[in-house]
Amino acid sequence: MPETFIFYAFSAMAIIASTLVIGQRNPMYSVLLLIASFGALSALYIQLNAPFVAVAQIIIYAGAIMVLFLFVVMLLNAPREDAAEWDRSHPLQHPNIGRFGALLAALLVVQLAWALTKVSELETPVGARADGASVGSVLEMGRILFTRHTFAFEATSVLILVAMVGAVVLARREGSNQ
Amino acid sequence: MEMYLRPAVIGVMIFVVFNALIIASAILVLAERKIMGFMQQRYGPYLVGPHGVLQPIADILKLLFKEELRPKGADKWLFTLAPVLSIVTAFVAFAAVPFGPETTLFGLLDEPIKLGIADVNVAVLVVFAVTSMGVYGIVLAGWASNSKYSLFGGLRAAAQMISYELAYATSLAAVIMLAGSLSLREVVDSQAGTWFGFFSQWYIWLQPLGFVIYVIAGVAETNRAPFDFPEAEQELVAGYNTEYSSVRFALFPQSEYINMVTMSAVATDLYLGGWHGLLPIYTPLDPLIEQYRLGWLVFIAKVAGFLFFYIWMRWTVPRYRYDQLMQFGWKWLFPASVLNLIVTAALVLYLNA
Repeated sequence: MPETFIFYAFSAMAIIASTLVIGQRNPMYSVLLLIASFGALSALYIQLNAPFVAVAQIIIYAGAIMVLFLFVVMLLNAPREDAAEWDRSHPLQHPNIGRFGALLAALLVVQLAWALTKVSELETPVGARADGASVGSVLEMGRILFTRHTFAFEATSVLILVAMVGAVVLARREGSNQ
Repeated sequence: MEMYLRPAVIGVMIFVVFNALIIASAILVLAERKIMGFMQQRYGPYLVGPHGVLQPIADILKLLFKEELRPKGADKWLFTLAPVLSIVTAFVAFAAVPFGPETTLFGLLDEPIKLGIADVNVAVLVVFAVTSMGVYGIVLAGWASNSKYSLFGGLRAAAQMISYELAYATSLAAVIMLAGSLSLREVVDSQAGTWFGFFSQWYIWLQPLGFVIYVIAGVAETNRAPFDFPEAEQELVAGYNTEYSSVRFALFPQSEYINMVTMSAVATDLYLGGWHGLLPIYTPLDPLIEQYRLGWLVFIAKVAGFLFFYIWMRWTVPRYRYDQLMQFGWKWLFPASVLNLIVTAALVLYLNA
């Protein structure tokens, strides 16, 4: 079964790359490994017969957002994240923050496990649902987005707009009119 | 699912396209130098072979025998990865581009094949996604070289490509709306025929502004003059590839030329009717082309014409200033493309209702 083999190959790639993202000392490598992980995820979407989602994943995350990440890492030119002394006294380095993070991670695992037990249609691929909730075709996806999920869609766009305006306001230098 | 049925055909096609792209990049190097020479009233390369046609081979041999240098503080892995990433994305992007109708290639094959490697139903987006990954090659080359000129080149590339991608994608969206499909093959086939028996049914007639935006953004995406800021030689030595030599260096210009071919091929597919119609107006040759299925030759001719325009532009228009580039991209090109999109959407809605 080549499909099964491809599935396991890309799943392994996604998991290993994601694990290495947090294991890296060099932020540049972390960014690149995250991109590799996105690529593997996108391959899994293709296997789920959802090419649009796969390509959108690459365009939005790997093609746009991660370029900005890379841009920032390059601008700061931070070769190692634990290089500076002040880094260790940073408020985010407090052990309680780490414990809180671990708690959130555990919650996420529990939630995922719970969600998986709730899903009844594990056998059918996403692209071929009986209730017409197909994400395979762009047409169908657009229709669902603008009918069933109109509110969520519009609310998200307003949220993004607000974030954008906020970013522009924050980035503007004091006293400059440009 | 045709892909699984005839792997041999696909394999041959991949081999042919791969080599065609390599040869195309070699021809482009020569064409660029010859056309540049012509425009500057001199001969261009003339010594190697008759009229200098073997110059690309000489160039490649020279680069092969150069020493591969790596700066001391360079990041070992990323320095090697960057050119590889550049060339791989350049090749992969062409995989989703169809370049001809169903043909038997003058009766060479038993049954007709569709010319094009992967007939994906979201081909427009695939090409766009893979091209947008190409920026990593340049950015990483700039960062990994551990040189300030390279770093500036890489930073410029990242900012420039992100900015112009927006206008690029928005102008694509208008065409997609007109065609009602994300498949490049369907977009091309919706351009068959003529209006009033005179104008070829190309989208350039419906999307003149979109076409101009696509061309400008495409030039910026491929980092060509007048938008060649990542390597602006008067300011940054050679930009992102300053520290590269030998084969590693050769891969950068090669991927740039292959990206140019892909850009031209997509422009031909989206705006210039692909393999339908030889000229923007009807010619008596058009029915013959359709009848004998010579569309792929027409396609190659159009791509070659577009590439000539590309080179022509490079040697005619002076380079922008960097802040002008950003101003132009965000304050003019992007609003214009959004306007184009909205007007197109309104018209499509109005005409369909």
